[in-house]
Amino acid sequence: MSGFTLTPVETKPMSFTLPMVGAAGAFAGLFVGTAHGSGLMGIVIGAIALMALSLIALKVLGLGMEKTTRRGMIVLFIVVGWLVAGLPGLVLGALSGWFFSWFIFWIGEGRYRANLAPYLTSGQVLWHYTFRVICGTIFVFLITPILVVMPLSFNAQDFFTFTPEMLRFDPAGYSLKHYEDFFTSTGWQQALRNSLAIAPMATVLSVGFGTLAAIGLSQPHVPFRRAIMAILISPMIVPLIISAAGMYFFYSRVGLQGTYMGVVLAHAALGIPFVIITVTATLVGFDRSLTRAAANMGADPLTTFFRVQMPLILPGVISGGLFAFITSFDEVVVVLFVGSANQQTLPWRMFTGLREQISPTILAVATILVVISICLLTTLEYLRRRSERLRGLSPG
Amino acid sequence: MKLTKTLLATTALTVAASTAVTAQDMADSMTLVSWGGAYQDSQNKAYVDPYLANNAGVSATWDESSAEAVAKLRAMNEAGNVTWDLVDVVASDAMRLCDEGLAMELDHDEDLAAAPDGTSASDDFGDLIVSDCFVPQIVYSTTFGYRTDLVPAGVEPPTSVCDVFDLAKYPGKRSLQKRPIDNMEWALYCDGVAKEDIYPTLGTDAGVEKALAKLDTIKDQVVWWSAGAETPQLLADGEVFMGSTYNGRLFSAIAEQGQPIAMMWDMQSFDLDGWIVPAGLPADRLARVMDFLKFATDTQRLADQAAYISYGPARASSAPLVGKHADLGIDMAPHMPTDPANASNVHIYDYEWWADNRDDLDAKFQAWLVQ
Repeated sequence: MSGFTLTPVETKPMSFTLPMVGAAGAFAGLFVGTAHGSGLMGIVIGAIALMALSLIALKVLGLGMEKTTRRGMIVLFIVVGWLVAGLPGLVLGALSGWFFSWFIFWIGEGRYRANLAPYLTSGQVLWHYTFRVICGTIFVFLITPILVVMPLSFNAQDFFTFTPEMLRFDPAGYSLKHYEDFFTSTGWQQALRNSLAIAPMATVLSVGFGTLAAIGLSQPHVPFRRAIMAILISPMIVPLIISAAGMYFFYSRVGLQGTYMGVVLAHAALGIPFVIITVTATLVGFDRSLTRAAANMGADPLTTFFRVQMPLILPGVISGGLFAFITSFDEVVVVLFVGSANQQTLPWRMFTGLREQISPTILAVATILVVISICLLTTLEYLRRRSERLRGLSPG
Repeated sequence: MKLTKTLLATTALTVAASTAVTAQDMADSMTLVSWGGAYQDSQNKAYVDPYLANNAGVSATWDESSAEAVAKLRAMNEAGNVTWDLVDVVASDAMRLCDEGLAMELDHDEDLAAAPDGTSASDDFGDLIVSDCFVPQIVYSTTFGYRTDLVPAGVEPPTSVCDVFDLAKYPGKRSLQKRPIDNMEWALYCDGVAKEDIYPTLGTDAGVEKALAKLDTIKDQVVWWSAGAETPQLLADGEVFMGSTYNGRLFSAIAEQGQPIAMMWDMQSFDLDGWIVPAGLPADRLARVMDFLKFATDTQRLADQAAYISYGPARASSAPLVGKHADLGIDMAPHMPTDPANASNVHIYDYEWWADNRDDLDAKFQAWLVQ
């Protein structure tokens, strides 16, 4: 993208640059100002400071000095950040200095148009960037709560608080004690063992039943296909608490409540819809003439399934299995009903722990679970791409 | 169909087998229900661990479900599948469970150990046996803590519960429990109602209006909490200047976590927490749990518990035996809600009055909250 320009850039008039840069400064100032007590002052100072900087950069020093100006600005931001808020201010200052020194020239020199088609109107250009900013904001909004948890899990205190020591990056403010607590506490370890015993078993059952159901339901001659499909998918649609209460009373009657098998079966029922959906999706692209060809060459249905059909739908099976695994691994409502204290899983323990004692051990566990989830989803994505490459659907 | 039949048959056999054993046989596992956290730890160290050490081969499992004990016991009862053996609940829940027949009625003198000097259990626990199904363990209180570093300069630290309502002198957020109990009484008390007139006043519509009007004066500065861990967290964050919570939570934040928080004992509201045995346990499990209950509520065990958490033992004979904190080595007696210095002005929360008026006032309080 950066190698060529679609539209020649031209220096914009100050009547355009100053308001744009000022608005960005005001936006940044709003956050800094709010953190220091007055959002309004922040807006005013941010807008004025950035307008002044862009005047100096673009008019006084000019384009010829761009590199020096940008370096100078970064240093300026670092020094100001350091004076205002110490070490964290220095880091934030460096980042915002880097951004704004780039932003001033990007706006002032009209570089934002370089990669866009020349016939776009100003309104379209504005929308092009507004859209990206909105997407970015949504992304930040979704991801920040997860990211905030991670540094808090290294807290040396027993509260969900960024202590002054942590904000100064003082090593004394950080500790691994909550991780130690997780790995040494019998309660947490038992919960981890329960989760690791329940989730794989539930996954195996979900994958087995779900795959068979998907294959069966994809046969055109099966009667009431849609009705059966709807029933099998229903655990995904019915509110979890209703399934859980129903399972509780049913399992109590048949003696499954509070047993390992009971929780496994309940979680398998929750996981089956995911497997059915992903496997059905891969079966859409499956060529039925392949099974006929295999039968023609003398393979019985079982051999055909394992040697021909299974390898081709395997990516769907695996991704369905991973979803089923994560469902069981993250599930708290059903296990609260169907399980007893002996089947306490990690999410259950986190749930009670969060209510009765707000301990950062929960954050340590959450961080570990997030890392595991990221690994699983990365695997999933890798498998999906690999299968697409193998089937020649994407240039890879 | 065949599977269901087999399952039903197996269950029937299991049930038959378990009722056939004699009362002398004791189950070798127990499911104990408690609140989790430091409180459950204190129970574990003071009585469960010693009991398991004395009874090789017995195991105990904790279920941190006391907060929803009433609902869960009802569901278990309906499903005919009571999986709990001993449940830790607050006194008001114990009374409800007893009324509904979900908890077993006990003979306190028969089922519990006498004091070392021979005083019978019912005399030793005295008035704290508020229900025939209830074996009290601890006296705790809901009281206030405040951030010492957020007290305005030149102002003396708060000492009275009415300072909670004084926004001019002590600006800042307060955290209060999201329920009418205690809050309404404190509001009336600080509105000039004499202590003995609080419940008669609250029984009238005008009295309820008066209490809510007093709460209105601080409503926009209140953070409402529902779990005991919230106020210590809010205080540690500096999110609130002062807040109510259980005294043991505040002790933990002050003494164990070293937070800049101080206690304000004025008008602390006493409450009780203790065990109930679910009704309808099979004989072997019942025998085991009664054996444990007798051990866990004797004079020494209740005194031991106070070494781990600052809640007062429910037996009169345990009080002189309260010693030092197990890890910190500080004297625990001054941190007990029942200590004379802390109990100079206390609020006696009226169980029976609340049992009769709870639903009505809950509705009014919730309506006021959303206004």
